[in-house]
Amino acid sequence: MRILIIEDDKEAASYLVKAFRESGHVADHAADGLDGYAMAESGDYDVLIVDRMLPKLDGLSLIRSLREQKVETPVLILSALGQVDDRVKGLRAGGDDYLPKPYAFSELLARIEVLARRRASAPSAEPTLYRIADLELDRLSHRVTRSGHEIVLQPREFRLLEYLMKNANQVVTRTMLLEHVWDYHFDPQTNVIDVHVSRLRSKIDKGFDKPLIHTIRGAGYMVRVGAMDGEE
Amino acid sequence: MVRNEFARMTSLGKLFRTTAFKLSFTYLVVFTLFAFATLGYVAWSAQKVLTDQFVSSIESEINSLAGIYRSGGLRRLVNAVERRSRAPGASLYLVTTSLGERVAGNVGALPPGVVDRFGEFETLYNRTDETDSKPNVALVRVYQLPGDFRLLVGRDIEERIRLQDVIHRAFGYSILFIGVLGCLGSWFIARRVLKRVDDMTDTTRDIMAGDLDGRLRIAGTGDELDRLAQNLNDMLDRIGELMRGMREVSDNIAHDLKTPLTRLRNKADEALRTAKTPDELKAALEATIEESDNLIRIFNALLMIARLEAGNAREALADFDASEAVRDVAELYEALAEEAGGSLEVSVEEGLPIHGSRELLGQAMANLLDNALKYGASHDGRAQKISVSAQRIGSEARIVVADRGPGIPESERSHVLERFVRLETARSRPGFGLGLSLAAAVARLHEGRLLLEDNAPGLRVILLLPLKEVSVPQAVPVPAA
Repeated sequence: MRILIIEDDKEAASYLVKAFRESGHVADHAADGLDGYAMAESGDYDVLIVDRMLPKLDGLSLIRSLREQKVETPVLILSALGQVDDRVKGLRAGGDDYLPKPYAFSELLARIEVLARRRASAPSAEPTLYRIADLELDRLSHRVTRSGHEIVLQPREFRLLEYLMKNANQVVTRTMLLEHVWDYHFDPQTNVIDVHVSRLRSKIDKGFDKPLIHTIRGAGYMVRVGAMDGEE
Repeated sequence: MVRNEFARMTSLGKLFRTTAFKLSFTYLVVFTLFAFATLGYVAWSAQKVLTDQFVSSIESEINSLAGIYRSGGLRRLVNAVERRSRAPGASLYLVTTSLGERVAGNVGALPPGVVDRFGEFETLYNRTDETDSKPNVALVRVYQLPGDFRLLVGRDIEERIRLQDVIHRAFGYSILFIGVLGCLGSWFIARRVLKRVDDMTDTTRDIMAGDLDGRLRIAGTGDELDRLAQNLNDMLDRIGELMRGMREVSDNIAHDLKTPLTRLRNKADEALRTAKTPDELKAALEATIEESDNLIRIFNALLMIARLEAGNAREALADFDASEAVRDVAELYEALAEEAGGSLEVSVEEGLPIHGSRELLGQAMANLLDNALKYGASHDGRAQKISVSAQRIGSEARIVVADRGPGIPESERSHVLERFVRLETARSRPGFGLGLSLAAAVARLHEGRLLLEDNAPGLRVILLLPLKEVSVPQAVPVPAA
């Protein structure tokens, strides 16, 4: 995955570049808005990370200009402002996701991977049926089956599983779950999300040999077949 | 300090530059022009009336004298002219030959060539009986009689000239009068306004120089300057409030971040001294990262509270249904409560429209439920029943989170709403003492209140938020209290 980081704080940028390379991605850095715009427009990036406050061309204007030039690369906005309406402004300018500073790198990585994946998959309509191993979720009839047996879920559990399966094989953080399943953007400080996931897990995985919902230590959750490193 | 270029102007210069002075001066010019035009018209029409009168009387005399000449010849004409000349207030008459020799009449000296001009015109003349006095002005008409005689009839127009003089003088005086009065008026008004504006300027300059409690004087007349002063005062009050708030926040932040920072430092220090194996070091590093994450959380919460209190989240507000928000958050925590061995009872009335932030209300509710779960446990640590309700009381939404824990003693209740305040009994549990402060700030942002009550046993936290009425309010009985 090729990532462009447009960030004027040199230290923060080099930390990000290094961390992304360690995670197996290619990361470039632009130090101001104009450079960033030129690189984003010409380079073939899978995802852009844009700071809101940049010299020469601010982040929101940069995104707006890119969108006008039909550059549809997914953009994650980083913001130190973190005010109530910042997210709305950022998304309205054409951003795809928003993360207030300070953030944990695992959170940023998870969000970036989801963004890039969304772009890689065809922009056509979302499939109506998600399938992982023997687990199936039908978005139209709201039915969930595993190995042919129907599993009865509460509406919220259904949405939780739907979001996890939509982003199968990717890390989904607790904050992302709170955002997409409950539509709240605050930091879930206690283990509220964990309890919901563990309830869902007991319905999905109990009685089956191979668990599908995995906890990724220090990051979040993942739906996939088979265990992996870092799993608890 | 920024030097103000207007401060260097002389007082007279300032006076001339005032809006009041410029306006008054413009009016003065307009009124002067108007007076000029009116007087001019009056003078012109008075003259015209007089002249018309002269012309018609000259005309009729010439006609009658010409008739006399035609019927009775020169002798009769001379007789008639002599007779009329002697009458009191007589017109001017002169009969001459075509060479200009005088035959009869009361006109003496005339400028040469006058009798050769025909039609009406003005000329100087002397009467025969007052040859030495200075010549007067007359409006005359010369008529060619058959047989080479000329008849001149005229009227003295000194009277008209005197009238003209009177009018001209009136002109002059009135212009002078208007001018002086107008200038005085403009000066007076401008000075009055300028004095008050100068007062305001002085006060604002004092405020800029550091006297933050200074306020503009209100004259009490309720005019536009008073309204301006009142608004500026309100603005200054608000700025003062914000500044005090910000100062308090930064003081608190500086003071209260010291504790967790020191803890973080000590942990790292200890790990450095005692950890032997790479695994121990790794664990210590993870612990410090966790500690710094906590610091970041504290920081975010503090910033959020500060922003809410500064009131600049107000523009992000929108209409939403509080019932839904309350139910969603309650549902989010229900699983946690059950997992802990307690229960969460939800009773939410449908349709509680609120103008505010669903996001912030959600966060406030999350904090309250978090507290209820953490501190609402019974003495042996078992989770208890928590109840969440939302209902319409009059024009307010009353959202209640109640637990069955030890509660908060009445003397401590107002205290715990402050930042970083934690009761002794809570010190052993994780937390920063910001949850209730944030909930209270959210309530204030919605122009509502946060109350703490005794749930006997336990704590009851009540959020009162004003409802946004879209339609006619339902007939809900309002409690007398």
